[in-house]
Amino acid sequence: MPARYRIATLLAIVTMVFSAFAPVHAAEGSRDSFRVCWSIYAGWMPWAYADKAGIVDKWADKYDIDIEVVQINDYIESVNQYTSGNMDGCAMTNMDALTIPAASGVDSTALLINDYSDGNDGIVLKGSDDLTDIEGRRVNLVQFSVSHYFLARALDSVGLTERDIETVNTSDADIVGVFANDDVNAVAAWNPQLMSIDEMPDSHVVYTSKQIPREILDMMVVNTETLKNNPDFGRALAGAWYEVMDHIAKNDEEALEIMAEAAGTDVAGYREQLDATHLYTDPAEAAELMNDDELLETMQRVAEFSFKHGLLGQGAPSPDVIGIETPAGTYGSDSNVKLRFEPRYTEEVAENR
Amino acid sequence: MKRLINLKPRRAARVALALLPFLLIAFVYLGVSNARHAENPNDRLLPLPAQMAETFAGMATEANVRTGSIPLWADTAASLQRLGIGVGISAVAALVFGLLSGGLPLFRAPFSPLITVVSLIPPLAILPILFIAFGTGEMAKVVLIVVGITPFLIRDLTGEALRLPNEQRIKAQTLGASSWQVMLRVLLPQLTPRLISTTRLALGSAWLFLIAAEAIAAQEGLGYRIFLVRRYLAMDVILPYVAWITLLAFVIDQALLWISRWSFPWYHVDEKAAS
Repeated sequence: MPARYRIATLLAIVTMVFSAFAPVHAAEGSRDSFRVCWSIYAGWMPWAYADKAGIVDKWADKYDIDIEVVQINDYIESVNQYTSGNMDGCAMTNMDALTIPAASGVDSTALLINDYSDGNDGIVLKGSDDLTDIEGRRVNLVQFSVSHYFLARALDSVGLTERDIETVNTSDADIVGVFANDDVNAVAAWNPQLMSIDEMPDSHVVYTSKQIPREILDMMVVNTETLKNNPDFGRALAGAWYEVMDHIAKNDEEALEIMAEAAGTDVAGYREQLDATHLYTDPAEAAELMNDDELLETMQRVAEFSFKHGLLGQGAPSPDVIGIETPAGTYGSDSNVKLRFEPRYTEEVAENR
Repeated sequence: MKRLINLKPRRAARVALALLPFLLIAFVYLGVSNARHAENPNDRLLPLPAQMAETFAGMATEANVRTGSIPLWADTAASLQRLGIGVGISAVAALVFGLLSGGLPLFRAPFSPLITVVSLIPPLAILPILFIAFGTGEMAKVVLIVVGITPFLIRDLTGEALRLPNEQRIKAQTLGASSWQVMLRVLLPQLTPRLISTTRLALGSAWLFLIAAEAIAAQEGLGYRIFLVRRYLAMDVILPYVAWITLLAFVIDQALLWISRWSFPWYHVDEKAAS
């Protein structure tokens, strides 16, 4: 192969590799096929059932669109897929919605609030059942995650700050194994790992998210532009979600079994996880939280925490650099609103009942 | 007409050809990155070079408010220390056991099959065991590197010792050398440069194990930083860190090559002739 062909081939390969990163025009115009992703977590397992039982397809057909529901094994990877524009929507927490897509300039809308952590996050100490004993200890946790925010709130509740402890970044998959070690005596973790850690000798759960209800929210976040151009996409997702919620409210064994199996546990184990998760089975209740002043306060706290840890970007001048819009008002910059809470679709479901 | 295999680029052309793929990649990257930023000025996936330079400069000069250390240097020092200790222990162990195994058939008989089996265990698969056995501190990270590369080094050195012409051993014995002298005066000098060149190859794996260990539980380190900021898609930190790791790896590799050339010029005679 003469040299110039070789160069041409090389050029073609390099272009192919990089075109994978080319800007994806996911948001443009009205479309009829959409992709949303989710990862394994107690509050998101209903998506597994919605997909498997054909509920998403049923609602998508009703509005004459296609919605593909994709399960991604790694949570952060799923959020990154959404942020890079490969997905139109993704299940994520309120804090990650702010620090990953919104802080990357992707205008995002919280379409549904699925649940809040009601004991699913916890702090475990060895040899003490008093949270104040955490002072001076080294805490293993997934840094910069919701666990970290949760830890900061817990410290705050007993008059300590993050300066009083040390943090060790630990992968969530390995946190149970790490706790078995003698040199580890404090962790912040979430379920199902939290349950396994709680079962170990000499472990004491000293603080759980039960003490800060309605703060750690799990949501379905979609691209604002896509939603604006395709309101039916939002309606179909909301309709499908609350149909599954009806199955859960009615304690449908078959539905629970499918969700439990997808989560890699059994119905009893999954029920235990759900006990620590406040699922919003009633759309009116979820809409109420979206409209509440309290949500705005929570988001402000999350934004301040994120800013303090540099999660809004290295160059962010202040915690309010990103605007967060809720029905009760806007926190931060009006001209740079990147995260919105939109109760309209949830309310529509509630009204149609 | 000259055959293709005999067409050698001149010096200037060689430099230009070497630079071409790099320029090409940089060019395509800039194009795509600019396109993404034109659409979304806050894009984090493919940061612009100016952004990366600014972030990297910040990490290299500004002290962290909480810990008081400068992230880049603290990370680099921590990682290099782990890598140095891990690779150092591996190299010494490999030289000792490679020498014994290659020189003494009675040692090789029970030892060699064991090492062959051990070298086949994927180190990352036993990572959870290492963390429970050695804690989450420095020890486990160093042990992972040692477990990961030592069996490979030992196998290679044993093989190298066995490939040495048997005439050398016979000649040394004819001249009255004891077992001990054959090992120290015939095998050791010939195995040492081989150890350096094998270690250079094993460094890639060593970095892999180091970063894997730091990703799981750490307070500082190059791998720690990358996996930490991955949580919020900070490519402006990750890409310069990757470049920095590549540079460090390149410098270490070249330093080992230089040491080997300087201490064992006879070992590199063939290379020079071929280039």
